[in-house]
Amino acid sequence: MIENHLSLLLVALPLLAAPIVAALPNGRLPWALSTLVSWSVCYLAAWQLMNVSSGQVISYELGGWAPPWGIEYRIDAANALVALIVSGIAALTLPYALKSVIKEIPQQQHALFYAAFMLCLTGLLGIAQTGDIFNLFVFLEISSLSSYALISLGKKRQALTAAYQYLIMGTIGATFFIIGVGLLYAMTGTLNMADLAQRLPELYEHRTIHTAFAFIMVGFALKLALFPLHLWLPNAYTYAPTVVTIFLAATATKVAVYVMLRMVFTVFGFSFIENTPTDELFLLLCVTGILSMSFYAIYQKDSKRLLAYSSVAQIAYMMLGIGLGSVLSVTATLVHLFNHALMKGALFMAIGALIYRVGSSRLEHFSGLGKQMPWTFAAIVIGGLSLIGVPGTAGFISKWYLVLAAIEQQHWLIVGVILMGSLLAVAYVWKMIEVLYFNATDEREQQNTAVKEAPLMMLIPMWVLVLANVYFGFNTELTVGTAEQAVKLLMPGAN
Amino acid sequence: MISLASEQLIILAIVLPLLAAVLIVLADKRPNLREAITLISASVVALLVIILATRINAGESPGFDVFDVVPGITVSFSIEPLGMLFALVAGTLWLVTSIYAIGYMRGHHEKNQTRFYAAFAIAISSTLAAAFSGNMFTLFLCYEILTLSTYPLVTHAGTAEAKRSGRIYLGILLGTSIGFQLLAILITWSVAGTLDFQQGGILAGKLDPAYAGILYALFIFGVGKAAIMPFHKWLPAAMVAPTPVSALLHAVAVVKTGVFTILKVTLYIFGSDFITSSGASDWIIWFAAVTILLASLIAMTKDNLKARLAYSTISQLSYIVLGALIAVEMSLVGASMHIAMHAFAKITLFFAAGAILVAAHKKNISDMGGLGRAMPFTFIAFTIGSLSIIGLPPFGGMWSKWYLALGMVQTEQWILLAVLMISSLLNIAYLLPISVRAFFAKPKEGVVYTEVKEAPLSMLIAIGLTSLACIVLFFYPDPFYNLAVDAATGR
Repeated sequence: MIENHLSLLLVALPLLAAPIVAALPNGRLPWALSTLVSWSVCYLAAWQLMNVSSGQVISYELGGWAPPWGIEYRIDAANALVALIVSGIAALTLPYALKSVIKEIPQQQHALFYAAFMLCLTGLLGIAQTGDIFNLFVFLEISSLSSYALISLGKKRQALTAAYQYLIMGTIGATFFIIGVGLLYAMTGTLNMADLAQRLPELYEHRTIHTAFAFIMVGFALKLALFPLHLWLPNAYTYAPTVVTIFLAATATKVAVYVMLRMVFTVFGFSFIENTPTDELFLLLCVTGILSMSFYAIYQKDSKRLLAYSSVAQIAYMMLGIGLGSVLSVTATLVHLFNHALMKGALFMAIGALIYRVGSSRLEHFSGLGKQMPWTFAAIVIGGLSLIGVPGTAGFISKWYLVLAAIEQQHWLIVGVILMGSLLAVAYVWKMIEVLYFNATDEREQQNTAVKEAPLMMLIPMWVLVLANVYFGFNTELTVGTAEQAVKLLMPGAN
Repeated sequence: MISLASEQLIILAIVLPLLAAVLIVLADKRPNLREAITLISASVVALLVIILATRINAGESPGFDVFDVVPGITVSFSIEPLGMLFALVAGTLWLVTSIYAIGYMRGHHEKNQTRFYAAFAIAISSTLAAAFSGNMFTLFLCYEILTLSTYPLVTHAGTAEAKRSGRIYLGILLGTSIGFQLLAILITWSVAGTLDFQQGGILAGKLDPAYAGILYALFIFGVGKAAIMPFHKWLPAAMVAPTPVSALLHAVAVVKTGVFTILKVTLYIFGSDFITSSGASDWIIWFAAVTILLASLIAMTKDNLKARLAYSTISQLSYIVLGALIAVEMSLVGASMHIAMHAFAKITLFFAAGAILVAAHKKNISDMGGLGRAMPFTFIAFTIGSLSIIGLPPFGGMWSKWYLALGMVQTEQWILLAVLMISSLLNIAYLLPISVRAFFAKPKEGVVYTEVKEAPLSMLIAIGLTSLACIVLFFYPDPFYNLAVDAATGR
């Protein structure tokens, strides 16, 4: 019974939980319920991935209406992987949230905070699950609106401007997307992705289809913060409450990259893209994005902002895989999608623990903390190494596939840029490590010697992610295996 | 232990130092227990590599896969003669260095000693793992772990200078390895479809010989640890570390992992026949030759003893690289033997430098006039090490230079032979004056050495052992010679 409705339950559970959480009295109850929900959702997502991991496709008809008239949830290895990332990160972020939220968010807003969190989870999971392009828009709005609210809860006043900025940019993105969807509907009369994929090839020459494609691409490029449409992201990540930054950094952009994959490979088909300048444009933007954003990251003085710029650069790696458009490169994109969630999740959690103890996210306030908080420090070192792509970490696997894909196509410039990006990552990661490792020379030192290690409730989720970074650097059965299955379905003709 | 299979001994040799690192951290507050852990594990590791070496000499070639990372890319370990030779050097010298380090760290009142011993053990574990690597991926993995685990050792002092040196250290080593070496590995993988070390190489017949030179250069310069100019700056920078680190890691383990990697790539990725037939090394040879001469010349200008020794190491490493690049049997034997011979001689010199620092608080050569009479034992050892580096009989260093020169004669590389000879003269010019000054010059105005005694006993024991080894290896180079010949001829 549960297995039949698995796909729907994943979305319905957090959706139903949201109003209940909002109605609960402030205190620990809202937290406890959302944690419970996120764990069950994570369990369901793992179950779902197991069902599709060997290449099956689950088609779930919502309300019993057959596609293409009704809404269809169409689950293959790609969705299932993304759903697992989103729910897995949520399941780890929520236990971590308890202490952090108490410190950063006023108590009367706790219930609302967790309710918004549940809605955001609903939206992101919905985007991952659905096979209907309009339904996708609805979930996109659910996740976006709730994340605006979440970001605005940040402690500093700039959180409001950051949320507002994101709201404007996000709304433009969503509007562009819906315009594109409208045009597609006008031309084909369908909103179902699989159905669209069948109908579009005969309309490839039509200018409306090209317009629709452009709107959809730009719309989602805004949502996933593709350079140079990334301007909302650094502020949003910097000023949002730590827990929100962890969750959004590890999931929201990943889901947007997934949509990009779906649109490019399933809905439009890569043969369509190749006849447009899109893939070259992607490559150009990604190359400039990787280099410029990594440079920006080096010069940041705020740890959260540093990691935010790093995220923009990392997203460009994923888009690079889409732009190259080969089996290897798309595998690399999917693998990096997963791995980047692990490394950024771990890093932001570690930074969050530092903020929890010191009350500031500025790098200069962290000096010498490595000694007081060895576990948090070690988490930053390992997470950072994974971000650089040192062998033995998950990040190495992503880089390995991406560079191989570029070598395969003899794109030597891109090979150089990817490796250069790793070297720039060494610079900005080591900037954080140096601050923590060496003692300060000024009076800050005395203040920081009283700091204690982060509470266990924060360390455990952090270290689960840290160990995952190492584990998936050696055992790639889940990541690469699933990604290869997904690519087979995304690019049926390619192998 | 004798009854265990060689595969189990390999695992034990790699895991034991790691285990020791954990125990060292746990024994933080009890220095004697902590040092006991270091000494016991170092002794066991030394014993393990000796047992393994006898078995390899008897013809065994153990190897096993640990697990697949991605299909076709495996973490695997196997022993061939070259790796055994390197492991034998690193494993035995860890014990000697540990004895030395205890005296040095206590005598010099260093802070954070727990971190020091723990990081040291991890570095040794990754060095041994690199020596036993069964394929290029595993070697690269160990190479990077070694870089990272030595960072806390280089920056041990925690000063602004240490921080700056740490940046140079990591910047060059990570930069070259990610920028060039990883790229070379990826290209190799996409061309050959495997990264296994195989006798005769994996690239011959698969890679267009026209591109062999470029790929080979990516490997050679990608191995920053071999300190070929212009990627040599990290080694003098690393001298900010405590002397035991400079001695074992930056004269033996780390730098030799570099040249070892180059030898491995030459023998088992390209294959020496492919190198000579494709002319892949034709122009890179000159980088090594220039490094030999230039580093020797720079060494002469350095007054700081450790800096002079560092440049001497850079020069000597390129001997090994040169031997690999010439890629004929004799030169490969010479290169492999030089890993061992240089290790014993250079570690003696660094041990002596550390002893001088602890006992007389002197860093600069110009301040050491007359010091030999206060510390005769240290300076006699220093002289023995110097003579072995120069390559005079009756010291072990002679053999490796002998075979290197034979290789050059065999290939009629007369210019390179001249480089080797000039470099030997330069060695004399920058090493011997130190001993001469110490024994025969007068101290500076107003300096008297009546207070200065020899360094603590544990340091003297270590110095004695390594300088004795320099002499013994002249009369009995067989353990290393046999392994080197086996490696070069592909037994």
